[in-house]
Amino acid sequence: MYALRLFSTRHARGLETVYRLFGGMLVALAPILRAIGHRRLERPTAAVERAVKGLLFDCRMCGQCVLSSTGMTCPMNCPKELRNGPCGGVRADGSCEIEPAMRCVWVEAWEGSRRMRAGAAAFEAVAAPLDRRLKGSSTWLRLVRERAGVPS
Amino acid sequence: MIFADEPEPGQPLPILPGHSSPGRLERVLRAGAFAVTAELAPPDSADAEEVYARARIFDGQVDAINATDGSGANCHMSSVAVCALLTRIGYSPVMQISCRDRNRIAIQGDILGAAAMGVCSLLCLTGDGVESGDHPEAKPVFDLDSLSLLALARTLRDEGRFQSGRKLASPPRFFLGAAENPFAPPYEWRARRLAKKAAAGAQFIQTQYCFDVPRLKAFMAEVEELGLLDKVFILVGVGPLPSARTAEWLRSHVPGVHIPDAVVRRLASAPDAKREGRRLCVELIQEIRALKGVAGVHVMAYRQEEAVAEVIAASGVLQGRVPWYPSRDGQTQQQKAAS
Repeated sequence: MYALRLFSTRHARGLETVYRLFGGMLVALAPILRAIGHRRLERPTAAVERAVKGLLFDCRMCGQCVLSSTGMTCPMNCPKELRNGPCGGVRADGSCEIEPAMRCVWVEAWEGSRRMRAGAAAFEAVAAPLDRRLKGSSTWLRLVRERAGVPS
Repeated sequence: MIFADEPEPGQPLPILPGHSSPGRLERVLRAGAFAVTAELAPPDSADAEEVYARARIFDGQVDAINATDGSGANCHMSSVAVCALLTRIGYSPVMQISCRDRNRIAIQGDILGAAAMGVCSLLCLTGDGVESGDHPEAKPVFDLDSLSLLALARTLRDEGRFQSGRKLASPPRFFLGAAENPFAPPYEWRARRLAKKAAAGAQFIQTQYCFDVPRLKAFMAEVEELGLLDKVFILVGVGPLPSARTAEWLRSHVPGVHIPDAVVRRLASAPDAKREGRRLCVELIQEIRALKGVAGVHVMAYRQEEAVAEVIAASGVLQGRVPWYPSRDGQTQQQKAAS
């Protein structure tokens, strides 16, 4: 929902904290998650992730979540799906060239990131192109595998 | 400036030390000359002569010709084909690549093909959305964005491999460019974005139309502060406006074009708007040239390409230099072959 998405960006700092705690909790739960099996957990986790992040961020389930480095604004809402910042077509009032009724995702991201502890530093890194095979998969479980070293 | 080894059409020039391409645009910029590039609108035609006719208009006034890649999301002859035609007779094109229409497989193939046909300069763009063009029902691809495209082109060139890691037998030699729009929000982020493009591999930048010199000045100051002036050559976009109506249309219909009200008013009150537009363009070029860190101008004169020679000549930025063109030094290769 667009209004909630804007709310999330305005509260990027609070959500950053929630996200960090949640991530830590998931990693702490890694042994239990491993016991159940990531393959078995994939579908229900992805469904929950889709519901929660869909509501808060209009998440598109790209499977390679970068919310914490984009001011808690999902870049996949950009009609060009840009992962590296705004294009040159942003209108003078900060709205999108393609969907004038929507604020540019990256203008929002810029404002959100300035409210966050991590700040705009994450903006500087060049994001690799998406791995399209991961679409629809859970970023949360992937994060656990990466941080806790659980085999997939 | 005349280089000792000016082109023989179809033959690559040697790559000088400190250069990454055999192209003339890179040579002119690294030699410290104020460079001029112009945009060629690809024809809606399958006739090669139409491409040559459009290129000839710029003879003697430009160092490189940009071939647009479906600009404004409108269908035209492809940039790779226009560039291949231009290199055949020795022109130095800048091949624009947009991420809108092709995925990474097609783009990497085109980049290799372009290099094989003598293209030495690439301009990596995101591209306009399909909604603004003549086929709004088309599928927007955007598999890559301008930054990941730059990084990919650099990988091909410097590491000699595809993104997949597979090795190339012979890597392409390119001078890599990107676009930037200092005149679109978020303004305070635009210089940093340029830094990001430089970090991803951009060696030159061509900007969107500049009609607002104070904004450009602020942008250039930030660029200097970030220490980018010795990392990228910045060519500022300029163009003659034929009328107040066109200015109004451009700023409301073309994404990213910012034209201050004062400019529109000046054109509206001029007795001869077309002449006034060219005069304004000359003034802008002279003002822009005086800014620290500006390495050249990129002239976009859609549907009035004949104005390019006039404004460049009137601005005096070439300082008597005559950029190479096929018959500059007498007969062309084609004429020699025929005689």
